Amino acid sequence: MTTTSVLRGPGLVRAGWFTLLGIAFATALTVAIRAAYGYELLDGEAITIVSLIAAPLFFLVGIGAFDEWFYWAAGRPTRPDDHSSHGAHSWHDYFKVNTDHKVIGIQYVVTSFFFMLVGGLLAMMVRAELAAPGSQFVSSNAYNGLFSVHASLMIFLFIIPVFAGLANYVLPLMIGAPDMAFPRLNALSFWMLPIAGTMMTLSFFAPGGSFATGWTAYAPLSTEVPLGQMFFTIGVQFAGASSIATALNFLVTIITMRAPGMSFFRMPLLVWANFSTSLLVVIATPFVAASQFFVLLDYALDFNFFVPAEAGDVLMYQHVFWFYSHPAVYIMMLPGFGIVSEILAVKARKPVFGYRMMAFSLLAIVLLGFTVWAHHMFVSGMQSWIRVPMMVTTAIIAVPTGIKIFSWLATLWRGVLNVDTPMLWALGFLTMFTLGGISGVMLAMIPLTIHVSDTYFIVAHIHYVLFGGSLFTIYAGVYYWFPKMTGRMFDQTLGKVHFWLTFVAFNATFAPMHLIGVQGMPRRVADYPEQFANWNLVISIASFVLGLSTLIFVYNMVASWRGGPKASSNPWRSLTLEWQVSSPPPIFNFDAVPTVVGGPYEYGVPGAVHGVFKPAGHEAEESRPEPEPARAREPAGAVAAGSRESSTESRE
Amino acid sequence: MASQVGESADRGGPVRWPVLIAIGLLSSVVGIAVGLLIDWFPVQASGQAKPIDTLWDVLVIASVPMFVLVQTVVLYSVYKWRMRPGEEELDGPPIHGNTKLEIIWTALPAILLVSLVGYAYVVLTDIEDARANSMKVRVVGEQFAWTYYYPSPDGGDKEVAASQLYLPVGRQVEFDIQSKDVIHDFWIPAFRMKVDAVPGVTTGYRADPERIGDYPVVCAELCGLGHSTMRSTVHVLDPAEFDRWFRTQAREAEESQ
Repeated sequence: MTTTSVLRGPGLVRAGWFTLLGIAFATALTVAIRAAYGYELLDGEAITIVSLIAAPLFFLVGIGAFDEWFYWAAGRPTRPDDHSSHGAHSWHDYFKVNTDHKVIGIQYVVTSFFFMLVGGLLAMMVRAELAAPGSQFVSSNAYNGLFSVHASLMIFLFIIPVFAGLANYVLPLMIGAPDMAFPRLNALSFWMLPIAGTMMTLSFFAPGGSFATGWTAYAPLSTEVPLGQMFFTIGVQFAGASSIATALNFLVTIITMRAPGMSFFRMPLLVWANFSTSLLVVIATPFVAASQFFVLLDYALDFNFFVPAEAGDVLMYQHVFWFYSHPAVYIMMLPGFGIVSEILAVKARKPVFGYRMMAFSLLAIVLLGFTVWAHHMFVSGMQSWIRVPMMVTTAIIAVPTGIKIFSWLATLWRGVLNVDTPMLWALGFLTMFTLGGISGVMLAMIPLTIHVSDTYFIVAHIHYVLFGGSLFTIYAGVYYWFPKMTGRMFDQTLGKVHFWLTFVAFNATFAPMHLIGVQGMPRRVADYPEQFANWNLVISIASFVLGLSTLIFVYNMVASWRGGPKASSNPWRSLTLEWQVSSPPPIFNFDAVPTVVGGPYEYGVPGAVHGVFKPAGHEAEESRPEPEPARAREPAGAVAAGSRESSTESRE
Repeated sequence: MASQVGESADRGGPVRWPVLIAIGLLSSVVGIAVGLLIDWFPVQASGQAKPIDTLWDVLVIASVPMFVLVQTVVLYSVYKWRMRPGEEELDGPPIHGNTKLEIIWTALPAILLVSLVGYAYVVLTDIEDARANSMKVRVVGEQFAWTYYYPSPDGGDKEVAASQLYLPVGRQVEFDIQSKDVIHDFWIPAFRMKVDAVPGVTTGYRADPERIGDYPVVCAELCGLGHSTMRSTVHVLDPAEFDRWFRTQAREAEESQ
């Protein structure tokens, strides 16, 4: 390849110089506008803020996320729409815009785990500072930055996208689709993620330090702090846009691209879970975007949304923020519910108990999830009457969650339990998430929350939900689908060591936080009274073990991916469709479009089948030469239309 | 396809319910005992502390059996029905559901939760109850300190400012809480009460100091780089002592102007 073609062709090189071009553009634009208004021409802060918005857009153009659309708009020949960029032939392909959902899924998962390791490292630094009272090795401003970036990365760059990544890989396979509905949008969604993550991580180099207002970024603190805050405010927009686009993609994919015979009530629960999650994302995520736009406008352009002297309303921020961020808890939980349902059924060799109630309870959580946001604001000083209905709804939302937990237990009952690595994580999730749920019910009770809100009790609760809940399901899912995604088996022994070490260290880290929280230790403090010293030391030591246990996982994944034994197509004897194709799956997923003839979890039912690879009842037409692969290579839209007709038929 | 669905087997014999229930009950009792014996809270220095701590105890009593139930089923299932060598091709019995059971585990938790909410509501009205003869203190937060303003002793407009909070024991205090800059949170752990200090809004709560002593006042809402140092002390005094302090404070405030 010539130098010019490397510079001009889509890819990281062009993305690099386009990013510089973006900064230059932002500088020129800022200077021009300031000149027009008669301000001093050069203002580093203004240029940085405009660059934070412009440079990522230039990066996306540079990497090639818009090439197809630009070519089409310019009337130039576009690349043939045959998914010719499908598949990854070497690791280089993972650093390019690729429209294959399987490549994008792996890009998502690896990127998310990268930021998880960064966020974990920040947590280790937080715990090092807290190992003893007083100031150890970071200033209190740097400390506030550490936990803020930790939380933001873990939420926006790890838990939310890693679920999107896993679903990206397995969901089209599970419903018998050749890809997602909008493959190019899918690629664009992915490439917005590293932008958001890099931006948040780079905030440490901003003058005045990184953003240090927590992941909640309450105004008016967030509108008055140094420039680092903008790296969060703008970074969240990219993470949020990525989420919304992916959620739309999932919704359309699930609604229109199911294989013939895959009625809604034959969908695996992971598909149901991502359907519900995507509904939450599409409805709720625009609210966090709005809240951060308010902050941006207040910060950069003095809009005074949150300045009481200018008729601003401080509490409005929290209402808008939590109207997203409570549903966000379910965005970070429902996909995990789906993963656990898959694993428990397969590993207990039994149908999921109460499948329909499992699906309905997901929808109930979606609905109720929008009615509880102000329970985060019991002590915010809002109108006090709002607290009571929010307490009631918060307690009620535990009912559908309880249905799920009891149904999982009943799924285990009398099964043939294969307690291997994915199953251990699923069972670990069941027990730990129950604790997180219980402390959640406690927190619904206003009088108790008046005392424990903003304390370590909250830190304990959120980590039991998001670590013991979400992360355990993420580990379960990654181990479970690792053979499918890589074509290799992982080391079961290392996986079990990883589980037990994490399980013990996790509890040693977070369980004592309940106690010191109730005893009166506030969260988000760099220093604390002597009375909490002993427990904090215990917590810090346990947290370092917890951090180290992650390395076992990383080693297991990397070593197994490079040199693990080859995986068979269906090592878990699972019925769902993704296991009926080779590991890793063929480039267009299915050489023959499957027809779904039964439920996804009919274990123990003699002769039960979920999908067959011949159209049911059309054997006669089967003699056409090679009809199915040809069909699979049709543009996604045609397959979508085809499967829509078929699924309509099957419902009638 | 056949290999994906194994022969269905019901193994391990009948469930030994008496043993299972005994283990569950015993673990619940032990768990509740431990939960109640742990010294969770700071000292009870206000009339609000007691009902809140009791609410906590009730929640512990309600929660432990829930947790034990989940644990027992998980551990018992793993113990009794885990896959043993030679059973790799077996499946469990194809049980798809049980409507009666599902109704029970929807209805029972709902009833339990609604009762807990009802109880919590009673506690809420109790701790927020206004009493006669309460005194007002205006609390103003700023980065990173609290200032307290007492009504003028002669009933005028001029408030008496103090940098530490002094309260008489046995008399309800009504805090009017404000902020000069960003959001703070006025928390007295020994009183169990807190609320945010919000710029542009006056928030507040009532507390009934019932125990003489010095207790920490903590800012509980992240308010900037000095947030962790925004701590001070509330001194709950005998009424006569409080009057003495208040007279001195009022005089000093006058002189300093």
